[in-house]
Amino acid sequence: RLKKERERETDRERQREGRNMDTLALEKAVVFFEVEILDAKTKDKLCFLDKVRPTSTKLCAACYPQWYPARQSIRLDPKGKSLKDEDVLQHLPVGTTATFYFRDLGAQISWVTVFLTEYAGPLLIYLMFYFRVPFIYPPKYDFTTSKHWVVHLACMCHSFHYVKRLLETLFVHRFSHGTMPLRNIFKNCTYYWGFAAWMAYYINHPLYTPPTYGEQQVKMALIIFLFCQIGNFSIHIALRNLRPPGSKTRKIPYPTKNPFTWIFLLVSCPNYTYELGSWLGFTLMTQCLPVAFFTLVGFIQMTVWAKAKHRSYLKEFRDYPPLRSPILPFVL
Amino acid sequence: MASGEEDGAVEEKETNNKKKRTKSAIATAWLTFYNIAMTAGWLVLALAMARYYLQKGTHKGVYRSIARTLKFFQTFAVLEVGHCAIGIVRTSVIVTGVQVCSRIFMVWFITNSIRQVQNQESVILFLVVWTVTEITRYSFYTFKLLNHLPYFIKWARYNLFIVMYPLGVIGELMTIYAALPYVRRSGMYSLRLPNKYNVSFDYYYFLIIVMLSYIPLFPQLYFHMLRQRRRVLHGEVIVEKDE
Repeated sequence: RLKKERERETDRERQREGRNMDTLALEKAVVFFEVEILDAKTKDKLCFLDKVRPTSTKLCAACYPQWYPARQSIRLDPKGKSLKDEDVLQHLPVGTTATFYFRDLGAQISWVTVFLTEYAGPLLIYLMFYFRVPFIYPPKYDFTTSKHWVVHLACMCHSFHYVKRLLETLFVHRFSHGTMPLRNIFKNCTYYWGFAAWMAYYINHPLYTPPTYGEQQVKMALIIFLFCQIGNFSIHIALRNLRPPGSKTRKIPYPTKNPFTWIFLLVSCPNYTYELGSWLGFTLMTQCLPVAFFTLVGFIQMTVWAKAKHRSYLKEFRDYPPLRSPILPFVL
Repeated sequence: MASGEEDGAVEEKETNNKKKRTKSAIATAWLTFYNIAMTAGWLVLALAMARYYLQKGTHKGVYRSIARTLKFFQTFAVLEVGHCAIGIVRTSVIVTGVQVCSRIFMVWFITNSIRQVQNQESVILFLVVWTVTEITRYSFYTFKLLNHLPYFIKWARYNLFIVMYPLGVIGELMTIYAALPYVRRSGMYSLRLPNKYNVSFDYYYFLIIVMLSYIPLFPQLYFHMLRQRRRVLHGEVIVEKDE
């Protein structure tokens, strides 16, 4: 009988041990992290979280609700690059106690909002000048229209361009980032709205002088303008099709069946190339120095962007086609 | 063979270092010459103005007597933008550019082209301010390059501006304001419609915009100097605002 009791006891002990082993195994399966978040500039401790599950890194919303996630920049090194939304604690080079640095990016605004505002402005402002709304030109010209047919054509082209941009913003573009700093909207709107007013003032002025070479010049300009508008749109569609909806993947763009996309063989950012072409067409059509100026400034900015994009393509893809230039074939 | 390659690499590094040293020696030599020349130039201007006033007893005609020297030395200062651009001087190209532009603008497009304002008191005001500021600034750079900077020059460079800057701005603004009626009447530097480039330019309104632009620009330059002053004289570490 004693033997049996001892056997039962050992059995019970083994059962208990077995259960302990099971619990241990369960706990090991989920590794909890301890996360410490410091301010990137002052190195103050902002918050400390223990028992964090190895999921996404937008943690600070828990401690400081006024810093909504789009405004947070969390990084492993105070001067390093910001971590992405998709980054997961488990896959980062940190131990079980992780230290992150936090930076407030300032008030943010969505890209879509910025684009819609900055494009709606020129559309409406130009029309105000076209219809000669009071207080712009001498009162005897209020609500009159220009006697030159090129002025009507220019209004249609300008308006078409911005309507196209608005529709593309709503239905075509797939943005990499959700937001940008709030101050950008003031900067961008000043640029777009200011230039639109400056151009529109002269084109719709009662003393406007039509192009020197008349109908020939305007027809040629219109062909260039339309060609580049279609081209620009084709590129936007091609770029959209590279990226499945809701994703932020990046791929090398290639020419498609659409001949307007064959320019991808020579250029990394043909959307900018076509945009330049459109404005050159508009400059030729209106023969207006402010328009030429706007084209030049836009070209400089787009070149800066194209060069940066080209460089990032080269960095990201080992097999990037070597024949391509950033914005102008072979030249720039 | 391996050691041969290594020697080659080491030699290349040495020639590179040597090149860097000669380049910076040339740069230092040029900058020293430049700053000495500019100090001398502005001293000449100061002495000429003082001498004229002592001899003639009036400020009228001072500008005409120094006009050529002033135009020469102030225009030469355009080189400073180049110095920043190629990196031999560690200052922002934009800050230097704005300063030099405003000087060139005053000299060539206001006092040089609008004769009627040349005898204004405000012209004397900014000329005196510029002279004092430039002599201090260029001698400061000269002594710094020669590694022998007397404290009083450093003191002057980082303290006189506190009074000189606002006085200079007042002189410049008053001069532009005085020029307005003459600009309007003569229609100078202006282009009217209709013309085949469909653009117009009104120098009168342009000058008004220039005067208004002092409002955002002057405080920025002034506070930039104040921050530099705190850093240099009191060794404070300023945490710069991002962007």
